[in-house]
This record gives sequence, C-alpha cells and structure tokens, in this order.
Amino acid sequence: MTIAELDDTGRHARTRSDAVSFTGALIGPTASPITDLRTHHATYGDLPHLAPHDVIRLAADAGLTGHGGAGFPLWRKLEAVAAARGRAVVVANGAEGEPASAKDRWLLAHRPHLILDGLQLVARAVAAHEAFVYANPRAPLAHLGAALGQRQRARIDRLPATLVAAHDAFVAGEESAVAGYLSGGLPIPRTKPPRVVEKGVRGRPTLVSNVETLALLALIARRGPEWFRSMGTAEQPGTMLFTVSGAVRHPGVVEAPHGTPLADIVDLAGGATARLQAVLLGGYHGTWLTAHEAAGATMSRAQLATFGASPGAGVVVAIGAETCGLVEMARVMNYLAHESAGQCGPCLNGLPRIASQVRSLAYQGRDQRVVAELERVAGLVVGRGACHHPDGSVRFLRSGMRVFAAEIALHAQGRCSRTSDAAVLPTHTA
Amino acid sequence: MADVIPRAAARASSGGRNTSARSAGVRLTVDWTACDGRGLCAELLHELVKRDDWGFPLISDQPVPAALLDHAERAVELCPTLALRLRADQ
Repeated sequence: MTIAELDDTGRHARTRSDAVSFTGALIGPTASPITDLRTHHATYGDLPHLAPHDVIRLAADAGLTGHGGAGFPLWRKLEAVAAARGRAVVVANGAEGEPASAKDRWLLAHRPHLILDGLQLVARAVAAHEAFVYANPRAPLAHLGAALGQRQRARIDRLPATLVAAHDAFVAGEESAVAGYLSGGLPIPRTKPPRVVEKGVRGRPTLVSNVETLALLALIARRGPEWFRSMGTAEQPGTMLFTVSGAVRHPGVVEAPHGTPLADIVDLAGGATARLQAVLLGGYHGTWLTAHEAAGATMSRAQLATFGASPGAGVVVAIGAETCGLVEMARVMNYLAHESAGQCGPCLNGLPRIASQVRSLAYQGRDQRVVAELERVAGLVVGRGACHHPDGSVRFLRSGMRVFAAEIALHAQGRCSRTSDAAVLPTHTA
Repeated sequence: MADVIPRAAARASSGGRNTSARSAGVRLTVDWTACDGRGLCAELLHELVKRDDWGFPLISDQPVPAALLDHAERAVELCPTLALRLRADQ
C-alpha cells in the first residue's frame, strides 16, 4: 500500500488507546472525517472570540511550535508578522511535498474545520486582510471547498479563505515558495532576506503556518494552554502527528505526545513486520538511524539531536532486513536531484552528481574511492542555496552512508543483502 | 546577518575607512538564485574566492580582511548578475 492511498479513508489513523491512557488531540475522539460544520461544533464546541494579543499570548503560553518541520515557535512568527508594515496575509500550508508524509492530507480530509478555525485565529492575531488555504493537489479539494462554503453560509469567518491547489513538488511547501506561488509566480524558494514574515505574498507581511499547527491552535483556543502543556515535554508541549510507513503492519497516520519513544510510534502503526535494520526519521531531508539507535530514540527535538536527527514533520519509515538500504537511497537521491528547483548552481549540478555516484555504489559495485568523492561533492553543496534542499539532501545522504556502510561494502564485492525487490520509500516525481 | 548593505553603510557599520576594525564582521555572500558562475569575483578577488567543479564561487566564510575590503567592494560592484553581496554581521 502506498502512502497516497492512506489519506482519504481514515482507516489507518489510530490513537494510542491501548497501552497508554492517551486520546489523540487531533485524531481522537474519532478517526472518521468531521467535515460537516455542525458535527465539528458538536465535537469540539464553538471557537471562542479572542482579541489579537490574546491569540499570540495563547500560542506562547501553550508553547506551540510549528509542525511543518522546522519547529519554530508560532508566537514569534505571529509577532513578527503583526509588527511588520503592510496589510498582512495568512496561509494555511498543506502543500506536503514530502512523498513519505500523509499527515497534512489526513488533516485536510478529516479535520478541515479545525484548520480553518486556526486560520481565523492567526488572521485575527495579525489583523490579516487575506487568507489562503494552500493544499496538496492530492488532498480532497472539493470537500475543502465545500467546508469553506459551509462556513461562508454560516457567516462564522470574519475573513473568508481562498483555496489554492499547491504545486505537487518537493520544495513547493517551503514558505518563500508558497509566498511566490500565491503572488502569481513560480512555486520555488527565493533568497532570504527579506523574510516572508516581512515581505511575502505580493510583498506583504505573510504568516505561512502548517495546517497541523493551525489545527492545534484551534484546540488550544478551546481547551486552554494548560491542557496542551499536560501532554508532551516541558520544552515541546502537546502532541504530534506521525506518518509511519515501510515495514509496519498498519502504515498510516498516528498521533502521540512529543517525547514518545520511537518504538511506541512503530507499535501504534501495528508494530514491525520484519526485523528492522534502519529507520528514516523526518523524511527525505531527514536522518537515517540504525535499528539499534532507533530502539533508544524518543521523538523530541532535544533527544533526537543527540543522533543528529529531528522529528521534522513526523515522517517515520521503517526499513526491514529484507530491503537494501543502499538501493533505496539511490532511488531517493535521484528523486531529490530531480526535485531541485534548478535555480542555484551547486544544487542543480551537485545533486545529480551525488545521485549518479550513489547509483554507481549500488549497481556498479564501485569501491571506497567513490565514497570519498561523494563526501567531497556533498561538501560543495551544503549551505550553498536559497533554500535547505541541498542541506537536507546531504543530511539524508551522509546519515545513510553511515547507517548502510556494511551494505556499501557488500555491493563493492558484487553482492546485496536484500531478499525483496519491493520499493519502500515512495518517489513520485511531479 | 543584516540585509544587503551598500558600500557606505558597510564602512559606517564597521568603523569607517582606514582603520583595522573597519571590516570586522563584514562577509561576502552569494545570492545563489542570481549567480550564474561567470567567475569574475574569483578573478578580481582570488584571495577570498575560488571556483567549484562547476565554476560557482567558493567563498571563505571568514570576515573580509581590512586590506581586501576595497577589492571585495569592487568585486561586488562588478558582478555581472548582481549576485555577490557584502553583509555586516549582527
């Protein structure tokens, strides 16, 4: 089953209702879609009316950080946009260009009104004049449009939002790419500064916030920051959605508090189907861990930093012993090279060369000299672009080279440990 | 890092001309979306700029030494794609 098939059904969304007494804030109380406005209000209650500064204080008191991958505190972004000159724009970012992630599409399909409530809250906080929902084109856009229509008829939104289908590309969700696309340009990152919070959509101060962050804000507005802080860790309160795939029994979207052991996240997805050899955390800009490291990892920024990793946007891919990690890496590096926006020379030239070298390690049994050359070229790419695509791609490469070092040596002898040819990491190209 | 700073501001923020401190914390940066790898910067400022495998500038991440600031400013002004910048640290 591919990730793309997971999002519309909800069958695979589950809460950790078994071992631990925790009900998912976003997935609970039901994994079914709540798309009807009346059902939404019956489930969560009405959205309280809050003054602009109350919204910012609420986000600060709750300790809500962004769920798009970078983990930046929402209140600081809100303050920056509110303080910038010009009529502000707010964007709910559900572009989800990461092929191994399905959680934003799950939210867009199952909790559209929580996202739209959150968008109203941030619009109020920054006195926005325009609001957008920027959604992955494979999300149920017609249902989202219907949800917006219900709200318009009920006249509950002070600032009705416009739905825009995102470009289906890896970097299309990067905030300057979002702002560029909504300004009528191409969905590609631009050089910062100026920051998007100061000059975003058509040069206006712009808040681009991940849809999960906004949905959580909508719950915090109803239940209070103490409720949010009762979950997760002191540094990172609250819960997080994870997209778990690979060698697990029930691939899909799960929810757990920050600080949950990685092993528990795998269990929420039904547990491993094979002996694991590695886990990819945080997606294709993320970090590979060995199975041994994964067994000791917990999903918090602080703890994962000791492995040079981060929860990112919650992607967890389990690689079983039957799969060749090097072949998987070769395919993903090829994908990442194709997903370069092609604006910055080192990324445009460096990623294809890296991809071809990883292919030669995987399929031509090249020796360790290629490994040294790969490290040199990786050094030519890092930090030399308008966005983090080269940096993230190199993080994926370097951690994979370490975790799959034994497999690389095996391939140099013309052998491979895999017993299955099935591709595990999805790589659709736009 | 501050925004792109014009030549005069770079001087003002780094202590005025002809003092050893005037270039403290001024660095060369590249707008990678603008750079085409023409290589002029590497010719004008070979002390600080090398070229990578594809001709794009490899720049020392150290602050520009005072003795090279005039050369750095000239390289910034002559960059044919306006991709080279001087920025003051904050």
